[in-house]
Amino acid sequence: MNGRVRAGDPLPPLRVPAISRTTLALYAGASGDYNPVHVDADAAREVGFEDVFAHGMLSMAYLGRLLTGWAPQRRVRSYGVRFTAMTPPHAEPVCTGTVSAVQDGAAHLDIAVTLADGTVTLRGTAVIALADE
Amino acid sequence: MAIDTAAVGTRSPDLTVEVGRGRLRLFARATGEHDPVYTDPAAARAEGHRDLPVPPTFLFCLEMDRDDPWAYLTGLGIDPRRILHGEQRFTYHAMAYAGDRLTLAAHISDVYTKKGGALDFLVRTVEVTRADGPVATLTTVLVVPGSRDAP
Repeated sequence: MNGRVRAGDPLPPLRVPAISRTTLALYAGASGDYNPVHVDADAAREVGFEDVFAHGMLSMAYLGRLLTGWAPQRRVRSYGVRFTAMTPPHAEPVCTGTVSAVQDGAAHLDIAVTLADGTVTLRGTAVIALADE
Repeated sequence: MAIDTAAVGTRSPDLTVEVGRGRLRLFARATGEHDPVYTDPAAARAEGHRDLPVPPTFLFCLEMDRDDPWAYLTGLGIDPRRILHGEQRFTYHAMAYAGDRLTLAAHISDVYTKKGGALDFLVRTVEVTRADGPVATLTTVLVVPGSRDAP
């Protein structure tokens, strides 16, 4: 967040390296979410998925990095997303955001995560105070 | 089988967890976070934090410290492998840091059905507090596919 913030301002995009199966295992351990559909292809197939898929919360963590890279975390008032598509292994997410409005001392952001083929996997909003309170 | 609306209001036992620096460092590594504020206490203090900050979405992970984090689903006859995370929202009241003891009060706040019963939705709300006051409110919407009664 540099200088005056205006509606329409884009945030610098955050490009994430391809999500490997190792990344999924690391995130399972770090998050404590051991749901096997994210790390065990056999378990994923057993319940009808073709393969493992990334935790939605991993993408939400990447998108959180977009926010805290733009403004100090103490200014983040709210942050919410809808998960709109699954993220397969080897996907390369790109996190983007735009200021949709500035009101009551806060920037309102429209944010999203998009894969290389154009699939939008997360879409949401965040409210970030323009100054420390 | 649709989710029984009587589930609304069901509370999970309160959970108190202490956030450790090691866990936060692992989380930073797993999420590609290279900002030293999230891994180095000295860098965190230089930015005015009293210890490593708990990143915005890590609060969701605190519930995974339950003995069985999916008990509220299996108790309703829902297979945790079949659910999808539909939405997640955080409202922040105060920063949390490594070393904090955080208490989670969780309950099922809504259940509803869409597409003629093809999809059930379960909404869970978690209030995270510390001894000095509220930290955050989490809202999770889970999608439970294919729970419609067989014809």
